[in-house]
Amino acid sequence: MPSNDSGDWQPTATLDILKLRARMLERIRAFFSERGVLEVETPILSNAATTDPALASLATRYTGPLFPHGQTFYLHTSPEFPMKRLLAAGSGSIYQVCRVFRDGEAGRLHNPEFTMIEWYRVGFDHHRLMDETGELMTQLLAPSLSLQPPEKLTYREAFQRHAGLDPHAVTAEEFARAAGRHHVDVPRDLRDHNDVGVWRDLLLTHLIEPGLGRGRLTFLYDYPASQASLARVQPGNPPLAARFELYLNGVELANGFHELADANEQRTRFERQLHDRTAAGLPAVPTDARLLAALTHGIPDCAGVALGFDRLVMLAAGARSIAEVIPFPIDRA
Amino acid sequence: MATYSTNEFKAGLKVMLDGDPASIVENEFVKPGKGQAFSRVRIRNLKTGRTIERTFKSGETIEAADVVDVEMQYLYNDGQFWHFMNPESYEQLAADKNAVGDNAKWMKEQDVCIITLWNGVPLVVEPPNTVVLKIVETDPGLKGDTSGGGGKPATLETGAVVRVPLFVQNGETIKVNTRTGEYISRA
Repeated sequence: MPSNDSGDWQPTATLDILKLRARMLERIRAFFSERGVLEVETPILSNAATTDPALASLATRYTGPLFPHGQTFYLHTSPEFPMKRLLAAGSGSIYQVCRVFRDGEAGRLHNPEFTMIEWYRVGFDHHRLMDETGELMTQLLAPSLSLQPPEKLTYREAFQRHAGLDPHAVTAEEFARAAGRHHVDVPRDLRDHNDVGVWRDLLLTHLIEPGLGRGRLTFLYDYPASQASLARVQPGNPPLAARFELYLNGVELANGFHELADANEQRTRFERQLHDRTAAGLPAVPTDARLLAALTHGIPDCAGVALGFDRLVMLAAGARSIAEVIPFPIDRA
Repeated sequence: MATYSTNEFKAGLKVMLDGDPASIVENEFVKPGKGQAFSRVRIRNLKTGRTIERTFKSGETIEAADVVDVEMQYLYNDGQFWHFMNPESYEQLAADKNAVGDNAKWMKEQDVCIITLWNGVPLVVEPPNTVVLKIVETDPGLKGDTSGGGGKPATLETGAVVRVPLFVQNGETIKVNTRTGEYISRA
């Protein structure tokens, strides 16, 4: 048996912070219970994986009854697909507290497994869900932080305010010039890159996010259609995704959608993302046929949001890194 | 040519940056929930000592620098080079003024220094955190003053000038912090 006397058996979070976590979870459950939102649990393992090229799934294998020759199962990166199957089956509004998994993500604000609070509100659009998310956040954070009232900012307004450009209209060259003006270092691979999506991400993470949610909740919404993920796209010039993200003190806390309900559009996005994965040299993954079947059956008009619980605890506790709020991060797991 | 990918980035990693050896000071993994991941690093140029910020796309690679830190004993200065010896192998090497820089004023024969070698050539010479040196010149302090308040300049055997308490006298040896240049105590 290997011996270890380095002291890394100990938790990285203090007992006070673990108690704060437990109190915040209780309050979250009370919040949903008062509003008649049902707590559900869905599988961590799935025979399908997310096709999103920006997310990498961990995988494991089951062998035994039902799968005598072994079957690869992917650990979910969010419980979105099975929760939508419940919505299609008539569950009404639901929420879940669960651990989700992402390969390749570790750092001050990332751990490969983390706790997600995800909920779906039938009959809500993304604006009503932003309001509800704001109420929950205010209830949870009010004891520790004094915050100004929440603000809503479009993706375009945020870029205009912090980078001085219109993210929907400008070319890669103009993004490059804005990076230069604001002293954002440009990665070598990006210098001659004409994919505006990557440029938006560079300026968002380096220039815009640090200024979002200073002393207040900031909701960013109306994303470029290319970043719709699983949100509806509203036609227009430019078309905009009914998607939002929540920031506090420069930290991204939540991501929400007015949910795409069109099975054909969902199938097209899966195919496009699989194509993008191949082009980027990423492994192909099985798509979720059961989600497509549920969407074909029909899901109610709804909005959904996923909230990173560990980051929320971090902000409530005034911690600087996620390791301070989870007992055993990946390097002590 | 050895390379490191962004997944290997961590504080202390020695890499080549714009043709110079450099050391990563801090690495931050940055990623929008549904977008491109980046490594945002603070990195110190080991030649100039300057620290700058750089961003890499996740998965990018960067050339490794053949940089190692070794402990060596300082032997003597010949007027142009500072000579050191590895106390185990007795191997000797010489560091020039660029490598020693301002640290020359703390270099005392026999002291064990940390030498950063790049491709086998001394790049930086760091004296021990604390050194014990003899005072060669200081004004006589006031009689009866033992508080150490106020202080006075004292020139040490290596040429360094530090502020010492009034009660410390010519010919005494003192302990000094080389990182701050401050007097610690009588030795």
